[in-house]
Amino acid sequence: MGDAAAFAADRADPMVPRVARVRRRRRDGPLVWTLELEADGADPGGFAPGQFNMLTVFGVGEVPISLSGDPAAPDRLVHTVRAVGPVSAALARVEPGGAVGLRGPFGAGWPMAEAAGRDVVLVAGGLGLAPLRPALYRLLAERERYGNVVLLYGTRSPDEILFRREIETWRRRLDIDIEVTVDHAAGDWHGHVGVVTTLIPRAAFDPLHALALVCGPEVMMRFAISALRDAGLAEEAVYLSMERNMKCAVGLCGHCQFGPVLVCRDGPVFRFDRLRGLLRTKEI
Amino acid sequence: METATRRILTSEGLDGLLAALKRRGYRTVGPTVRDQAIVYDDIGSIADLPGGWTDEQDGGHYRLVRRGDAALFGYAVGPHSWKKFLHPPTLRLWRAARDGDAVQVVAEAPPEQPFAFIGVRGCELRAIEIQDRVLLAGQHADTPYRERRRGAFIVAVNCAKAGGTCFCTSMNAGPKAAAGFDLALTELADRPGGVFVVEIGSEAGRLMLADLPQRAATEGEIAAAEGVVERTAAAMGRAMRSDDVRELLLRNLDHPRWDAVAERCLTCGNCTMVCPTCFCTSVEESSDLAGGETGRSRRWDSCFTMDFSYIHGGAVRASARSRYRQWMTHKLATWFDQFGSSGCVGCGRCITWCPVGIDITEEVRAIRDSEQR
Ligand SMILES: Cc1cc2nc3c(=O)[nH]c(=O)nc-3n(C[C@H](O)[C@H](O)[C@H](O)COP(=O)(O)OP(=O)(O)OC[C@H]3O[C@@H](n4cnc5c(N)ncnc54)[C@H](O)[C@@H]3O)c2cc1C
Ligand code: SF4
Ligand code: SF4
Repeated sequence: MGDAAAFAADRADPMVPRVARVRRRRRDGPLVWTLELEADGADPGGFAPGQFNMLTVFGVGEVPISLSGDPAAPDRLVHTVRAVGPVSAALARVEPGGAVGLRGPFGAGWPMAEAAGRDVVLVAGGLGLAPLRPALYRLLAERERYGNVVLLYGTRSPDEILFRREIETWRRRLDIDIEVTVDHAAGDWHGHVGVVTTLIPRAAFDPLHALALVCGPEVMMRFAISALRDAGLAEEAVYLSMERNMKCAVGLCGHCQFGPVLVCRDGPVFRFDRLRGLLRTKEI
Repeated sequence: METATRRILTSEGLDGLLAALKRRGYRTVGPTVRDQAIVYDDIGSIADLPGGWTDEQDGGHYRLVRRGDAALFGYAVGPHSWKKFLHPPTLRLWRAARDGDAVQVVAEAPPEQPFAFIGVRGCELRAIEIQDRVLLAGQHADTPYRERRRGAFIVAVNCAKAGGTCFCTSMNAGPKAAAGFDLALTELADRPGGVFVVEIGSEAGRLMLADLPQRAATEGEIAAAEGVVERTAAAMGRAMRSDDVRELLLRNLDHPRWDAVAERCLTCGNCTMVCPTCFCTSVEESSDLAGGETGRSRRWDSCFTMDFSYIHGGAVRASARSRYRQWMTHKLATWFDQFGSSGCVGCGRCITWCPVGIDITEEVRAIRDSEQR
């Protein structure tokens, strides 16, 4: 039982990062930066919309960040980062050419296969648009496979709207309905004012043949789910992306437990009926 | 299992087993007395074992006392478990060296010596089996655990004394070593010279035994060994009804008992540190002053800390009530959903080592007896 061969690693260690380089870095809002990474040497391998990577700033730490780029261009690993604390702030500061550590992609993504043939409503709050953007790229690339595509997007203020130029480009396609709202605005804002859930009753989708993909702060998601339910959508047609503290992303550290599920392993995207009771219980 | 495979080792034979394991390159680890407790550490010979000692255990209470004989394994489990070796409390994962623009990440090398564990109890074998499932059976295996686990030689011991906080029979995890060992010993402490009835659990165990001075067990010795296990099973210090505990807890997430236990719980996390199945970890970065060499290490973490569930702005589980509930429902309920079994083996450590003597079996009973349905 003690032979040396038994100690040879037969699978790559999922906790050891690869090295990646920042190729481009663009400011996307107050404290928000979009980084395009390229992994050293290795084959990028592709990712599914809704998946995330663990990004390391060497000597500082590692955090989970969603892929926010086009799944059809997997060699460009695009991540949109809000600087909220030591690691995310250090990550947002890495200049082009700088090295970061990369593990992933991890997790279950958005239900793109189930969406075929249906109307698709994307409800995004704040930075929640970033993990939804790969799904949007996919929907628009295969536009004929889906029914109506609706993006409802809310931020706190107009300067926090992510990917502005792209949103304008999408609007001009006319085959996607886009509504953007802000919680508070000064006089030069001519769009909707109010929380994103107020856009749901007016959105053009057939509740019996639609899927909703929801991503944003947990409170916002809760309100969005009840508004979608009021609009006639079944609980089985609603998907949401959860956030929990995560140290390993591979189901081994225990941090992302949410009752019976491990968010990194079983999510981060869940069909709502699987989480219903959990979202109702405080401090689970 | 057929009785023909039962053999007898004397104390001398057991010493020979330790020597043989060492000769074959194993790091021999077993129970030994340190700081007035029986802990697991490197042992060289049977002289290092806690001969003649036993323990008194109760909620928040542990004390070593003399037995009055020279039994080598006449005590229950102490504060350590084998996860100390298989899933170390602190561990470097990798280092990264920066040379100008180039960064090279190097994974930490595995230990050179395989482990031989001496004196693994039935509940501990079950705990190892549970950690195997958690850390190895998923889509991603834990590399350091796999490297330490594979090639480990396991000498089990059937318990001859139930501890005051033991309830392995309630969890179907003991006191008899059921599976997962190379050799299993039952000590017949009342026979002069030390008599150990040996059950062979693997081919490696058989080969190891074949090189030692040993003989066939008599029917009387085999019956005596079975008697030892039966008496231990009948003397459990605690009990817990476990067949429906998952459903019981999950339908009582808002039971007032959680508030009552939170008033006593210090959220110190001792229970998670001593539990042989608790596996949660956190990571820490290191960096030399110039930032040329950085690294990451990992350490045991506890769901009783505030940081454990921290996401922007605050902890998901801020109250002591929610953290105790998380721990206990994980052990006894959601572990089934996550890993297909209970996360508790009834070893009683969390009861003994809780500074205020909170007792998982009593908490379950309190919820069961006062359930509002
Ligand atoms: C699946 C997933 C996808 C995410 N995608 C993005 C993204 O695309 N863009 C983005 O900016 N942020 C994203 N986040 C949140 C991001 O991981 C946190 O903002 C980040 O961990 C904060 O770390 P910090 O050290 O900078 O800040 P601090 O607030 O000081 O955090 C300290 C530690 O707590 C933990 N932590 C804090 N907040 C979170 C959180 N929200 N989620 C998980 N762990 C947290 C981390 O381990 C962190 O190192 C995602 C989180 C998850 C779980
Ligand atoms: S929960 Fe307590 S009794 Fe159960 S295995 Fe862990 S330490 Fe032992
Ligand atoms: S139950 Fe006991 S050991 Fe566990 S955290 Fe509370 S006080 Fe500490």
